[in-house]
Amino acid sequence: MPLFARLYNFAHWLTHDPAAAEDLVQETYMKALRGFSSYKQGTNFRAWMYKILRNTFLTSQTGLKASSVSLDSDEEKIAEPAAAETPETVLFARIDQETIQNALEQLPVHFREIILLCDWEEMSYQEISETLAIPMGTVMSRLSRARSAMRARLTPKPQGASR
Amino acid sequence: MTCSQWRAKLDTYADSALPPDEAADLEAHFRTCPTCAAEALSRLKLKRMTQSAAARYTPSPEFRARIEKSIQKKPARTFAWIPAFAVAAVALMVLVIGLGVQMRRGTRDQALTELVDLHVATLASANPVDVVSTDRHTVKPWFQGKLPFTFNLPDLQNSPFKLIGGRVAYFEHNPAAQLLFQIRSHNLSVFILQDQPGTSPLSSGNASELDFNLESWSDGGLRYIVVSDVSPADVHVLSDLLRGAK
Repeated sequence: MPLFARLYNFAHWLTHDPAAAEDLVQETYMKALRGFSSYKQGTNFRAWMYKILRNTFLTSQTGLKASSVSLDSDEEKIAEPAAAETPETVLFARIDQETIQNALEQLPVHFREIILLCDWEEMSYQEISETLAIPMGTVMSRLSRARSAMRARLTPKPQGASR
Repeated sequence: MTCSQWRAKLDTYADSALPPDEAADLEAHFRTCPTCAAEALSRLKLKRMTQSAAARYTPSPEFRARIEKSIQKKPARTFAWIPAFAVAAVALMVLVIGLGVQMRRGTRDQALTELVDLHVATLASANPVDVVSTDRHTVKPWFQGKLPFTFNLPDLQNSPFKLIGGRVAYFEHNPAAQLLFQIRSHNLSVFILQDQPGTSPLSSGNASELDFNLESWSDGGLRYIVVSDVSPADVHVLSDLLRGAK
């Protein structure tokens, strides 16, 4: 089964639940098989599969909840990290794998998915545009915002800041 | 090119999506600017760490066996649907994709699609702008350091328009100021970006696409694009105000 393990990892990140991730992957393969005639030979198979998985997620109970939250936060007013964040603070902060995972988990789903597709799945902007059905400009804009949100979560809070 | 202009390209550089000549120029800049070099290194490091940290979940062999079996036999059980919301979501998706397909005819139409998408997505957001103010002297300075150019906003005191605020957007890979104005409860987006050769041929004038009206012009090395569902006359009035801004 092509992409099986990678689709499962992506599904788990979206749903935060192993059973829901399994259901999502299974449904994705079923839909892909049923709709294989709609797949155009020579086009991007990986983007096609991820698109099915994502659309299935967005129309699921979990996905609807997550996307309703992220619609608010997708263009969210990101707390400007400029005061506390310098390249050095992020570069030399003691960031371990778990910290990154926690920050990624806390991101709104529209930010989480685009970072996963770009940084982990190593899709090009064009592939992400096809997968998420958004223009290239929006890919870049959303990636920029997603990364700002990620950096803000990783930037050490100034001492004495309680919020 | 200034540091702020280079920094707007750092994410694209980290994603290896910058054209080779621009990447070479940026790397030359790193040799003279330790701050930008550190920022680039920071972003590359975070990208690599994210790549490693994201490879977190592995499917069990039992699940793999189960899915292989089910693919061969019968359809999977439906994945947790909520019919009413699902129908609405699918209908919305079809509408959005339909609009997209209808408008993707040539470079000009792609540019129009992108602008209308940006405008609609902004209005759909609960926080459409990052700086919320009706005062042009608050909104304009907010963009300082965020964009590699500056621009003027008009005095709207004796006009039917109201400034809502602004945010940074990206149009055709270039950073742009997106300003939101309002007239009679209708919204207008104004995009301002650097006028560069090779950008889409959105010639000055009006264009109606899917009930959205657009006016575009260039002035002083900047490109202005007004997008809205208000009448072409209203779009033109706001465009004139922007052209006369001091």
